[in-house]
Amino acid sequence: MGAEASKSKPDIGHQVLVCRGTGCESQKANLIYSNLQDEVRKHGLTGLVEVKFTGCHGLCQMGPTVVIMPAGTFYCNVQPEDVSEIVEADLMNGGHVERLLFVDPKSKEKVFDYRDMKFFNPQRRIVLRNCGFVNPEDIDDYISVGGYEGIRKALRMSQVDVINEVKKSGLRGRGGGGFPTGMKWEFCHRSPGDQKYLICNADEGDPGAFMDRAVLEGDPHSVLEGMMIAGYAIGATKAYIYCRAEYPMAYERSLIAIEQATDRGYLGKNIFDSGFDFEIKLKLGAGAFVCGEETALMASIEGKRGMPNPRPPFPAVKGLFGKPTNINNVETFANIPVVMTKGGDWFASVGTERSKGTKVFALAGKINYSGLVEIPMGTPLKEIIEEIGGGIPNKRKFKAAQTGGPSGGCIPASHFETPMDYENLTQIGSIMGSGGLIVTDETTCMVDMARFFLTFTQKESCGKCVPCRLGTKKMLEILQDICAGRANMRDFNQLMELAEDIKGGSLCGLGQTAPNPVLSTIRYFRDEYEAHIINRECPARVCVDLIKFEVNEENCKMCGACFKACPAEAVTWVKKQPAVIDKDKCIKCRSCILACKYHAID
Amino acid sequence: MKEQLDQIFSRHHGTRDALIPVLQDIQAEYGYLPPEAMEAAARFCRVAPVEVYGVSTFYAQFKFSPVGRNLVMVCQGTACHVMGGARVLEEVQSRLGIRPGQTTADGRFTLETVACIGACALAPAMVVNKDTFGRVKPEKIMEMLNGSGS
Repeated sequence: MGAEASKSKPDIGHQVLVCRGTGCESQKANLIYSNLQDEVRKHGLTGLVEVKFTGCHGLCQMGPTVVIMPAGTFYCNVQPEDVSEIVEADLMNGGHVERLLFVDPKSKEKVFDYRDMKFFNPQRRIVLRNCGFVNPEDIDDYISVGGYEGIRKALRMSQVDVINEVKKSGLRGRGGGGFPTGMKWEFCHRSPGDQKYLICNADEGDPGAFMDRAVLEGDPHSVLEGMMIAGYAIGATKAYIYCRAEYPMAYERSLIAIEQATDRGYLGKNIFDSGFDFEIKLKLGAGAFVCGEETALMASIEGKRGMPNPRPPFPAVKGLFGKPTNINNVETFANIPVVMTKGGDWFASVGTERSKGTKVFALAGKINYSGLVEIPMGTPLKEIIEEIGGGIPNKRKFKAAQTGGPSGGCIPASHFETPMDYENLTQIGSIMGSGGLIVTDETTCMVDMARFFLTFTQKESCGKCVPCRLGTKKMLEILQDICAGRANMRDFNQLMELAEDIKGGSLCGLGQTAPNPVLSTIRYFRDEYEAHIINRECPARVCVDLIKFEVNEENCKMCGACFKACPAEAVTWVKKQPAVIDKDKCIKCRSCILACKYHAID
Repeated sequence: MKEQLDQIFSRHHGTRDALIPVLQDIQAEYGYLPPEAMEAAARFCRVAPVEVYGVSTFYAQFKFSPVGRNLVMVCQGTACHVMGGARVLEEVQSRLGIRPGQTTADGRFTLETVACIGACALAPAMVVNKDTFGRVKPEKIMEMLNGSGS
């Protein structure tokens, strides 16, 4: 990253970038920002040092973060009271505040330039090109890094040429489906209609995915520009951004961006003197996962219950308010300005044969560095987890990575080398999905994981079609029985049958993909299911009903970790003796199990 | 109430597609959807009251009874689940003595769960009013609750 995004201003010595994404903001980044402004003023550095707040750098784990450019000094876990030291030691005296620098976990050496960090170095930032570098609430900042050049160029081309450029890029929908974007635009472009609509799907509902939120919070203008280009290409003059209710900051910054672009005349009538009119309205979702499905989303914009409709007719023919409509997701739109300025061929040079460009993954769970990572399509899972993510904490073993959220599946250790692209992930029974990547270790129970996702999809099923409404409920009941030790193999077989039926019989993507987490965990972790059903045992010690809460004296190293962790004073332990758990006092909170490194509690 | 509603309606066109934004504004004003306000919204958007009821009950965001002075939302997303979000929820439930969807007797706290707030890198996470807390430790929960809000 960096080179493509940071354009230093010659009249300013230093830029101080304060991340104010949701992660850092939750840890007082706003105070760090205002303290920095005060200190810079106090030391008479105004005009020499520019203090700027930005969106997410991606390394949320180490937040709040402050980056000094052009040196690339990356300060982690900054507290408001650290600010004066940063100003004095770094900005005024050219040194570093060493205690706030990132320490490489392997070499144990301090890293002075974030571009040398293993988290950032292998990344290739196209979508996140400006995130962490531009002020998301300042249109001029976006323009200063080449913003709105893409739409200017597009407006000089014919609509068909714009579509062809996108087709040439090989860009595929980043919301999960992976449908070629250029083709989607072409359908809508060719569809006859006096009024066409464009929608940006920012209803990022997959629990565990947060890249769309980060793009809207960190670089909303790139999404607006992508939408303008799409609107021009398909002939849509009215557009909506449908943003999740749970993302207030993304909503707020998108609103500011739309207002600024409208004031500039970039949105509205006759934009850039091209004769093309384009307006964008922002709609706030009201909390329904199914609204990520495009026909349900359109129903929601129309003011109805967000329930899906059968396709065909496809939105490109009969969509919002019955008019031809094109829907793409946030990340897809954020790619578009780059496709226009650098060209489809350039874009297609990144990635694999059938999956072009990059993909942003939201890396979280049992991983040392969670955050947002953008990598070329085809990067092996192993590299993402071991290099970029810094491996699994507490010396535990990698078990599986869950991709695609409640619609996806898991990638077990045996597929650790899999290059991450659309085809490979589908082949091993998972999906690219929107890019959530949840890492699990040996303390995660895969049956519990499947139950977790089914709880979610069952609750979010809109109830329109029977397979999804009743089928997910029945599947969930079986999974709950398995986790509680009440199920037999007949139930297990019924679970698999139901899964296939719901996949084939549901109306929309929610139901069609809801069984995936179950099928995929059965495919790779059938032994865990059997342990629950036949042996009444949860190997990962997660399913409380199947845990005995007894110390296994053979494995116990007598370290006392369980004793210290127990909040209920149920563990007795004296040095050099195995611990003992008093079952009357035990509240089954699993604190002892999480604390034990030796798998000594059964 | 009429005055406040008129003010809300003045910001929208009285059409069907304004229904959800109108309801959102009503909820922002009152903290929930009072029945009279829902009927007024039906007249304003020119739909039957039953439609307003149907739409509002479909979406998780809308509430039909007054909420506490402080809203506590415990994230139950995937990353939070893997990192112990269920424990956090249990602890909040036992500390406040209420279950998700309920309000404490003194009207101080309303507890909700949320499917994902997108703060996965900070899992397990919870939100009290507008403050997001990351890497929540069950034993620190009372501190967070007491520290924020009235």
